[in-house]
Amino acid sequence: MCGGRVHSIQTLGTVDGPGVRFVVFMQGCRLRCGYCHNPDTWAETEGTVYMPEALAEKATRYKAYFGEKGGITVSGGEPLLQADFVQKLFKACHQRGIHTCLDTAGSILNGDVEVLLKCTDHVLLDIKFTEDALYRRYAGCSMETPLAFLQLLQKMQIPTTIRQVIVPGLNDTPENIAALSAIVQKYPCIEKTELLPFKKLCIVKYDAMGVPFPFQAYETPSSADMRRLEKMLNT
Amino acid sequence: MEHTNWKGFTSGKWQTEICVRDFIQQNYVPYTGDEGFLEAATPRTEGLMKKVDSLLTLERQYGGVLDIDTATVSSLTSYAPGYIDRENELIVGLQTNRPLKRGVHPFGGLRMVRQACEAYGYKLSSKIEEEFQYRTTHNEGVYRAYTDEMRAARKCHVITGLPDAYGRGRIIGDYRRVALYGVDRLIAEKKKDKAALCDRNLTAEDIRLDEELYQQIAFLGYMKEMAASYGYDISVPAANAREAIQWTYFAYLAAIKEQNGAAMSLGRVSTFFDIYIERDIAAGILNESGAQELIDDFVIKLRLARHLRTPEYNALFGGDPMWITEAVGGMGEDGRTLVTKSSYRILHTLYTLGTSPEPNLTVLWSQDLPVPFKKFCARVSTETDSIQYESDDLMRPLYGDDYAIACCVSAMKVGKQMQFFGARANLAKLLLIAINGGYDTESQIHIGPQTPVLSGDTLSYDTVVERLGMYMEWLARLYVNTMNVIHYMHDKYAYEKTQMALHDTEVGRFMAFGIAGLSVAADSLSAIRYATVRPVRNADGYIYDFKTEGDFPKFGNDDDRVDFIARDLANQMICELRKTPAYRNAVHTLSVLTITSNVMYGKNTGATPDGRPAGAPFAPGANPMHNREENGALASLNSVAKLRYEDCRDGISNTFSITPEALGRTLKEQTDNLVSILDGYFARGAHHINVNVMRREMLMDAYENPEAYPNLTIRVSGYAVHFHKLSREQQREVISRTFHAVM
Repeated sequence: MCGGRVHSIQTLGTVDGPGVRFVVFMQGCRLRCGYCHNPDTWAETEGTVYMPEALAEKATRYKAYFGEKGGITVSGGEPLLQADFVQKLFKACHQRGIHTCLDTAGSILNGDVEVLLKCTDHVLLDIKFTEDALYRRYAGCSMETPLAFLQLLQKMQIPTTIRQVIVPGLNDTPENIAALSAIVQKYPCIEKTELLPFKKLCIVKYDAMGVPFPFQAYETPSSADMRRLEKMLNT
Repeated sequence: MEHTNWKGFTSGKWQTEICVRDFIQQNYVPYTGDEGFLEAATPRTEGLMKKVDSLLTLERQYGGVLDIDTATVSSLTSYAPGYIDRENELIVGLQTNRPLKRGVHPFGGLRMVRQACEAYGYKLSSKIEEEFQYRTTHNEGVYRAYTDEMRAARKCHVITGLPDAYGRGRIIGDYRRVALYGVDRLIAEKKKDKAALCDRNLTAEDIRLDEELYQQIAFLGYMKEMAASYGYDISVPAANAREAIQWTYFAYLAAIKEQNGAAMSLGRVSTFFDIYIERDIAAGILNESGAQELIDDFVIKLRLARHLRTPEYNALFGGDPMWITEAVGGMGEDGRTLVTKSSYRILHTLYTLGTSPEPNLTVLWSQDLPVPFKKFCARVSTETDSIQYESDDLMRPLYGDDYAIACCVSAMKVGKQMQFFGARANLAKLLLIAINGGYDTESQIHIGPQTPVLSGDTLSYDTVVERLGMYMEWLARLYVNTMNVIHYMHDKYAYEKTQMALHDTEVGRFMAFGIAGLSVAADSLSAIRYATVRPVRNADGYIYDFKTEGDFPKFGNDDDRVDFIARDLANQMICELRKTPAYRNAVHTLSVLTITSNVMYGKNTGATPDGRPAGAPFAPGANPMHNREENGALASLNSVAKLRYEDCRDGISNTFSITPEALGRTLKEQTDNLVSILDGYFARGAHHINVNVMRREMLMDAYENPEAYPNLTIRVSGYAVHFHKLSREQQREVISRTFHAVM
């Protein structure tokens, strides 16, 4: 009843939160983002069932590697679909002195989520686009909930990193960067904003699932373009 | 006792007895700052390196060997002095009279020298052939005493890489003694030790020691002669930093002129040098740029050291390695760090002179190392892939704070302990021999106790384990006896006079055994236990293949069910080895280290129950099998960390390859994260790690276009190599290894 469905575990994560992290990818997501690189996490009925204590115990085996900044990151899939489980997991991690980080699209907001945030030390929040229309078209949800989620993070003063995947032709525009900057300015809980280049490595997963990759036609951004946008964001 | 050249040093017991450690402890200045003080290479160094680089290019164009002196037996005084660029060299001395010209060492074995010459289009001179008709080499001695069973074990490759045809190596002379004391003092001390023997009832052991001391004293004399030919008088202590480095190098040079040991390691010299450098800087006769020049010149010399090997040898130990291992950093027993500015300077040579596999720079890692030094090392790893790490916190309690590493992972107190190096046993093959009741299907040789081939449609774990135990007991005894023969003969016919002259006369000895194929054997036993393994038999009833159904835990996933199988196999092996006494009361030790021989071992081993096909390479050292890690890098590290150093006192080698992206987005993130990973890994009780931060695609490109990557250096198994010097097979194996990457 309080077990969680886990897609996979990556014992060394260095790009999903501060420092060295034990990353748990939860099973299940209801968004259908065009660039999703983990389509194998969509189904809500698959994955390996873990009890929170057992998973926290597993993470503890890597505590020596975490240093001052590292810890556990729960990603997905959408971890908020299993907020109660993640909350129990984070609580168990806190009891073991492990820093907790949540990697989410912020598209679900309910009582369980609020309780979860109480034991969350850091949030990686995807702000996928800065226009509601793009959100609805390419992510399958409105922009309203993620922004409300961000407001809650601000209210609870949870250190937050904003991330956005840059897809040339969709959001590699000065307008988008300006809009993103405006959001970042508004919420002092945001410590850092990362722009991530759209990548197509996940195509093999789609092929294996027999599902067409929605963003097949889009190009990956050049590193020069990424640097240009980052510079724009930081000025 | 005082000497004018010791002026300014803090006095201590190092003056009245030979004790370099005490000198270091009394005089060194720990450095806890960052790398900001370092200076770039000077134009002189760059000019000299240009000459060196063109020589190295030429060597490559000549197929890896530039020249061989086939008419001179290599020894301390057998060549005229050699130079790269006499006017511009600060530290002088070459193995032969010309750079990169290789000498011959027939005392280890004549046949190997002959074959090595022929492999490169040369012919060993008739003069040497004739002279050695009237001499016994180490190799001949060994074959006089080898039993039929020893020969069979060698032939079927259940024990491979035995040093029975060349120098055993893995002995580190305390080369610093020459600089600190001068040779005359060392001779005087050895003469005292020799005289003291007269008071005893002489046993065979005493008489042997007596003769060894005679040889040690004689060769210290030759060392002086060798240095004199370069215009230096090393009979007295070094007077300044340049002399300290020069004297130390002469001592090392003497050792590699006399011996062609498999690994001729350097020891722990950088903090020792630092004391002289600091004294000169304080006296205003040296500045930082000058200090770096001295270290650079010393390292250039080390990079030019070569031994002549046969193609068969290269198949085991690829990349033309010398294992000039230098232990850097670590902590002192009093809690002060042994990191000095010269620890930085020697690592900095990877920038001033470019990346390189030699010297084999080995950082002794402790949780207590100064943080700036940890970060510097991590940056050097990320940028050069040229250093390895070993746990000072594990070794210091056992060896004190003046130990060094021979070869890759073999710790010993400098000048006080030595080891008898001895190859490795193939555990995966042993498992197959046990299952087949004493028959090796690959070589078709009957060996060991003859018992019925295991019967039944499936293999039973308990039966296999019992069988394996019985064969391990047999092999361990055979292995120790074989090593005893080899080292008895090596002492008799190819004794390391120069290096042992730089040890205490009463020396501690280890006998270093090894195992290969640990992860294959552990995964195979795990398959037998947790999956269903059906043996496939040939017409004669021998099992040559396996059908494995179902999943099973695999080493490298932090799963105790299989990790403890691996841990216990190593423990069982060392326990069995200890049952047979070792030559000269040596202490038995065990390593889990393969160098590049994992390819050759795999080639000679049939299909295994873990699903590995016949002939496929093993993973190197203690590594999990390639691409069986399913939970990422840290799970893999945790598995290896479970192997116990107390069982494997000769070292547990792990080679770790990760893409830069998987370490973090920026160089700062990457180095910070690598520091956390190293801290974590060693906090889990691990012993050693090679770190490569690179992409597989680059190696694939280097495989296709070797000329575009002449300096590409990678860590393989306890040492580093130039990628282009590996065989094609070894290159393919390196490419197929697990690269931890971002999902």
